[in-house]
Amino acid sequence: MSTISIRRYASENGALAGLLLLAVVIAVMQPAFLNAQNLLNVGVQAAVIAIMAFGMTFVVVAGGIDLSVGSIAALAAMVGALTAGPLGLVVGALCGLVNGALVSYGKLPPFIATLAMLSVARGLTLVFSEGQPHETDAVVTFLGSNLTPSLPLPLLLMLAFFGITGLILTRTNLGRRMYAIGGNEEAAKLSGIDVRKQKLWIYALSGLFAAAAGLVLAGRLGSAGPQAAVGYELDAIAAVVIGGASLSGGVGRATGTLVGALVLAVLRNGLNLLQVPPFWQQVVIGAVIALAALLDSLRRR
Amino acid sequence: MKTLITARGITKQFGTTKALDGVDLDINAGEVHVLLGENGAGKSTLVKVLAGIHSPDAGTIEGNASLAVIHQELALVPELSVAENLFLNRLPRKFGFVDRAEMRRRAPELLDRVGLDVDPNAKVKDLGIAQQQMIEIARALDKNAGVLILDEPTAVLTDTETDRLLQIMAQLRKNGVGLVFITHHLDEIQRIADRITVLRDGRSVGVLGPRATTQHMIELMVGRSIEEQYPRARQRPGEPLLRLSNFTRRGVFRDINIEVHAGEVVGIAGLVGAGRTEVARAAFGVDDYDYGTVEVDGKPLRRNDVQAAIKAGLGLVPEDRKGQGLVLTATVGQNLELVTLANRDQKRLHDIAGKLRIKGRVEQPVKELSGGNQQKVVIGKWLLADPKVLILDEPTRGVDVGAKVEIYELINRMTAQGRAVLLVSSDLPEVIGMSDRVVVMAHGRVAGELPKGATQDQVMALAVQEISA
Repeated sequence: MSTISIRRYASENGALAGLLLLAVVIAVMQPAFLNAQNLLNVGVQAAVIAIMAFGMTFVVVAGGIDLSVGSIAALAAMVGALTAGPLGLVVGALCGLVNGALVSYGKLPPFIATLAMLSVARGLTLVFSEGQPHETDAVVTFLGSNLTPSLPLPLLLMLAFFGITGLILTRTNLGRRMYAIGGNEEAAKLSGIDVRKQKLWIYALSGLFAAAAGLVLAGRLGSAGPQAAVGYELDAIAAVVIGGASLSGGVGRATGTLVGALVLAVLRNGLNLLQVPPFWQQVVIGAVIALAALLDSLRRR
Repeated sequence: MKTLITARGITKQFGTTKALDGVDLDINAGEVHVLLGENGAGKSTLVKVLAGIHSPDAGTIEGNASLAVIHQELALVPELSVAENLFLNRLPRKFGFVDRAEMRRRAPELLDRVGLDVDPNAKVKDLGIAQQQMIEIARALDKNAGVLILDEPTAVLTDTETDRLLQIMAQLRKNGVGLVFITHHLDEIQRIADRITVLRDGRSVGVLGPRATTQHMIELMVGRSIEEQYPRARQRPGEPLLRLSNFTRRGVFRDINIEVHAGEVVGIAGLVGAGRTEVARAAFGVDDYDYGTVEVDGKPLRRNDVQAAIKAGLGLVPEDRKGQGLVLTATVGQNLELVTLANRDQKRLHDIAGKLRIKGRVEQPVKELSGGNQQKVVIGKWLLADPKVLILDEPTRGVDVGAKVEIYELINRMTAQGRAVLLVSSDLPEVIGMSDRVVVMAHGRVAGELPKGATQDQVMALAVQEISA
């Protein structure tokens, strides 16, 4: 009995084991990795992608994908810088609602609907910013600041969003329905779940989380740039997948996504500490993503 | 007689459960060897071991006959044509490109062998499930397999189609093919079996000859004797709970009038394609319809609105358990609470799982359960919602005798509590045995209604009749 529970624990936490292994390897090669300040940095670096990836988790669990989160983050940050932070969140959620409407009522494949939004939101960011970066106000800047030297707010926000995501996924009807829709949309429909309405909320949540991530990013930098968060959607998807979620839907957990985002951040940080040239870093990160997905698919057999 | 495959002492363990425990099996040329057992007895695992999908933990398999398996889940590509599916993997080629002419030439010949009259250029997704099954069998035949394993092929077939399949099997047997046949229909076994290996809880509990009695087979399989196969307990019918009036969907079904009263089980019989499932889906609000009304407990129901249907007290157990009934990635408990999400209550989940005698824990992934137990989960999610009328579409397809009787008892319990059941079934003895009245559909219309005690011949006579429009 105990060997089975250990095996099950290990198989459910493959990503966590990978993260620990990665950390040990890097720490051995470069002990400075374990420096408290550096570890905090890793956390801060992970925060933006993690928050975005939590939103992505909802979509992926429900069997969809959201390519627009990077653009939405940039748009929300820009709107936040030009007006006020909360308005950025509203804009992000609205973009998500549009995604949801296109997917559920327009019956577009999520890939296409959110690809369109990727372009539209990025374009609007350029329009509003007139191609210039804009300084963030005190409220947004605060989001990226340190409460005390050893307590960066982004890290706390990441943990808060982690908690919220876990709650939504496991303790709410919306969360339970995500698993049902992603696992078998037809069965969900025949069980009386209003699949279309649920999808609206799911994509809206993803947009909202992306906007929050965008504000945290702008807060850290002190400004919102028109080209901020380009390509972040791919990191977010990678984090979700490394965390063990299935792109065919129905599977995924908040813990997994958190670990996935940390894997990416630890890897980037470690490669920097080991002075791997940035061009090669891309190659290594890509290889690690493939490896993670490969291990996951192996253990599922 | 030539033995094609000899399996000895096959043992296979998954986690803590022994799926197979020292099973012996011989597959002889020119013989139909039936594997009989309840769901979860190990039949499918044994097939997978024979096919090399699972490697056994212990035991040996000898023999080098080529082997083809027709699985319960069809392995066809829906977007490709019938001909392309027939030759999938070995498409005839000319100059490196697919030779369509050759394919079109050879396809009808293969389709002929299974008595299937379809356009080889039609897309597989546009065919019915029975026709798709025939295509798979035709494909296996073309590979000249020495051993053909058929894993519950007749579960989705009508009687006529089953007759045809049994004929084909008899023909193959004559040609020296070794056949392994899995089915829950005992009458089919009596018609075709040369040998019957009965499995229970992963062990072979007996090998019977072709003249084994139904009673004997059931006793071996279940490990106890079953009093009655169709234990319908009739109630005095009350108020009408479901009423379909002039229910019509152009080109699919027309002028359907059906009433189901409290305490009543009304069966809908008919051939595949008669429109039974379509009526059930439209009544439940999954699909739209053109004319007519659906009333539940006297109140008209909004069209094409599943939520409204559920609120009014309707439930539907769909025909395709895995495709439409279950979320396979989720646990038993998560599936049970699918309809009643709002009032999640662990105690009720455990209660219902116990009441349904689901073999499996509430926390267990539902895909690990056997077919019969999975079906109980689908029914269970509706029992939790306590509908006034439950529509069951092929509720015992692929379900073993023991679980079948348990599902029938659930039907009895529902009607005893004043609920109503609309039972759509292709299993004639079942629809006759469990229904208080049987409505027979043909070509999208009601061909007639038969009282309790109708014979299979009477039902078939109505089901095959031509109705002029």
